[in-house]
Amino acid sequence: MQSQLPFYPEQASNFAPSVDSLMTFLILVSLFFAVAITAAIVFFFFKFRRKSPNEVGVPIHGDMRLESTWIVVPGLLSLAMFAWGAVVYVDFRHPPADTLDIYVIGKQWMWKIQQPNGRREINELHVPVGRNVKLVMASEDVIHDFFVPAFRVKMDVVPGHYNTMWFRPTKAGRYIFFCSQYCGTNHAVMDGWVTAMEPSDYAAWLSGSTGADDNPVVAGEKLFAEKACATCHLSNGTGRAPSLNGVYGGTVHLADGSNVTADDGYIRESILVPNAKIVAGYQPLMPAFQGQLTEEQIMSLTAYIKSLQSQPVPATGAGVTVSGKK
Amino acid sequence: MSATPPKPPGYQLPEEHYLNATYGLRSWLLTTDHKRIALLYLASVTFFFFIGGIFATMIRIHLLTPSGYLVTPETYNKLFTMHGVAMIFFFLIPSIPAVLGNFLVPMMIGAKDLAFPKINLLSWYIYLIGGSFVLYSFATGGLDTGWTFYTPLSSVYSNSAVTPAVIGIFINGFSSILTGLNFVVTIHTMRAPGMTWFRLPLFVWAQYATSIIFILGTPVIAITLLLVGLERGLHLGFFNPALGGDPILFQHLFWFYSHPAVYIMILPAMGVISEIIPTFARKPIFGYTFIAASSIAIAVIGFFVWAHHMFLTGESTYSALAFSLLSYLVAIPSAVKVFNWTSTLYKGSISYDTPMLYALGFIGLFLIGGLTGLFLACLGLDIHIHDTYFVVAHFHYIMVGGAVMGYVGGLHFWWPKITGKLYPEFLARTAAVVLFVGFNLTFFPQFILGYLGMPRRYHNYPPEFQVLNVMSTAGASILALGYLLPMIYLTWSMRYGKVAGPNPWPATGLEWRTPSPPPTENFDETPVVDWEPYDYRNRPDLGLGATTPPSLAPAHGDD
Repeated sequence: MQSQLPFYPEQASNFAPSVDSLMTFLILVSLFFAVAITAAIVFFFFKFRRKSPNEVGVPIHGDMRLESTWIVVPGLLSLAMFAWGAVVYVDFRHPPADTLDIYVIGKQWMWKIQQPNGRREINELHVPVGRNVKLVMASEDVIHDFFVPAFRVKMDVVPGHYNTMWFRPTKAGRYIFFCSQYCGTNHAVMDGWVTAMEPSDYAAWLSGSTGADDNPVVAGEKLFAEKACATCHLSNGTGRAPSLNGVYGGTVHLADGSNVTADDGYIRESILVPNAKIVAGYQPLMPAFQGQLTEEQIMSLTAYIKSLQSQPVPATGAGVTVSGKK
Repeated sequence: MSATPPKPPGYQLPEEHYLNATYGLRSWLLTTDHKRIALLYLASVTFFFFIGGIFATMIRIHLLTPSGYLVTPETYNKLFTMHGVAMIFFFLIPSIPAVLGNFLVPMMIGAKDLAFPKINLLSWYIYLIGGSFVLYSFATGGLDTGWTFYTPLSSVYSNSAVTPAVIGIFINGFSSILTGLNFVVTIHTMRAPGMTWFRLPLFVWAQYATSIIFILGTPVIAITLLLVGLERGLHLGFFNPALGGDPILFQHLFWFYSHPAVYIMILPAMGVISEIIPTFARKPIFGYTFIAASSIAIAVIGFFVWAHHMFLTGESTYSALAFSLLSYLVAIPSAVKVFNWTSTLYKGSISYDTPMLYALGFIGLFLIGGLTGLFLACLGLDIHIHDTYFVVAHFHYIMVGGAVMGYVGGLHFWWPKITGKLYPEFLARTAAVVLFVGFNLTFFPQFILGYLGMPRRYHNYPPEFQVLNVMSTAGASILALGYLLPMIYLTWSMRYGKVAGPNPWPATGLEWRTPSPPPTENFDETPVVDWEPYDYRNRPDLGLGATTPPSLAPAHGDD
């Protein structure tokens, strides 16, 4: 699905035009310097050819004005490149509030993807055109990287971390995605296709198949009971552990006096290594679930906890100190 | 039409020199002569270059077709890993410092040897031991982690011979550290009378800057790879999240060395270029102080840019901003060098001799390599081109287009000094042009492949990438010819080449004021320096300038 244009892949997301403009700017600046220096070398090479075997050059030792010029001018151009690049990058790293969240799990050597309603896909990703899509990504084993050339986006998928990236598809079509962080034997076949669909088609596709068990919130609620989380994390705040109502996205006050925003990464850490951050006023009683849950189970639990965002926060025993909804 | 001055006929090799002072295998294996050690290194890095080159050839043949032409995915992964490990740790990093640096640093400053001759020999043996471990790893299962050894792939999941390889690189690190130490002490304490810091040849400045990186950076990579071995062997959790480690920590430690390591490769090459250009333009280098200072600036700032390899690992946005800005900062001293070299040509008396062709080729390729570095340092653009063939093309322009062109150019420049013989000039110029053309054909298409989205380390690829891949492979075959030619005629010239005389170009450095090949002690008596570097006007001993008859040319320099 590459475009017919020789040097640029197809532009199919909000980031594609900005990355390509940046590329054009850098190419123009580079061409200017490359051509200028090459021309100077070629010109000098012929102009100042040695005419007789004993000839020596004119002893010129330097020139402060020239030196400062070629420090300052490239310096300023570099700053421009830096600043423009920073603007695009900061945008890329800060997803807007209204994203459609899709979970992506990388493992040797496949991609497991789950839509918000629970529909699962393998090595396929369906997204609606015009919506801000956020991928929440985790790895079961080594570092992978989710790279969609037509969208000009990529992000490492790191075991032990959640990484997110966002984009807004702008054009319906099928676009290849790659794993672009070397991950072992079949790294080069760990690819797949993104299908960007018109929103109505996407909605139709999404409703095409979903079982209740596939819904991550339902699965998470079930796990929450199975793993006995529910015995301490009582929703009314009277348990041995804080209520999780309203926690997601809020600010949590910790025993060491600091505050932390309850995002996916914090929730993941609190499940796997609970003692890393203790909520103020509670004892470190919770067992660690490191190595006992799959990435998918963690994501289901997170989805369930996220669904509690809108539940009433109890007056005492709440995990969250400030209900800081985005 | 050679532009070198006509030489009086009948140069004779000196009767006794460092090559024939003693005979026998033992006299080589136990030598403490820096020049002989340089030749030992020359043989061993050439061996590793050959090994790495064979792997590269197989990679390029394999990529002729979209589904892969030659080997299985597993083998392909081993090929690019072993290509990287052999080339980076055992060829590029030691090449200029341990071969040319070893030979030239004492001679250029007017010393008899390095400060610690026995440690110098020890460095070579350490290199051999480290190299043996790595060869053992290649031979017993190979290595498939990528030369970057990213965890937890390397420390947990890889089934290849990772442990001997990391032990080998760990051991080899001490060779670098000792060489760096030896150079720093030598340059500080053993300069001849009159050889002030600002009379030092720029090659020595570059070696000094490189040595700083050797000493400060190498311990970090050595320990980091040892930690990978410990995590693999003893399941100590440093990088594996399942054991409570963090895989990103590895990347910080790895790049803390491995980014400066790029400067280990390119700085000495820049030093070589700074020697060649004034010699063949016959005038002082433009902006000596700026070139010298820029070497130090690159070495220092180079330590503060490592996380630009990690913009997409999920590192904090602030960290990414800081490292992007610092990466642009380190580009300035490199640009300063290029501008100064170019200006040196102005009003020179320029000849087309082989080393000069390499130097000009270096500027062209380094220019492309350096400018494309700006693309990768650009945060917004890196999102798209990170981990694609754009990166592969960029660093080959720096490491092969830059460092190897510098190394091969330097070998040609000092070959008459090292062996006392001249190589066949026409063949050598041809090889330089073949290398330049072959290199660009091989690697320029990879920039385009990268922007189109082809990820690196892929043993297969979508069919629309085939044309560019075939171009790249075609270029690689020309490039291979460009490397084979010098190997053949340089070897040939050792026996059959014309006798060079002490200073065939002529050049201004101290190393050219002694016979070729030099005596074991380098100089019959300690030289006294009373001239500025690259001064062609006030050096009657060079026999240049309109008033000096050519017949009185270089012959007098040595006795």
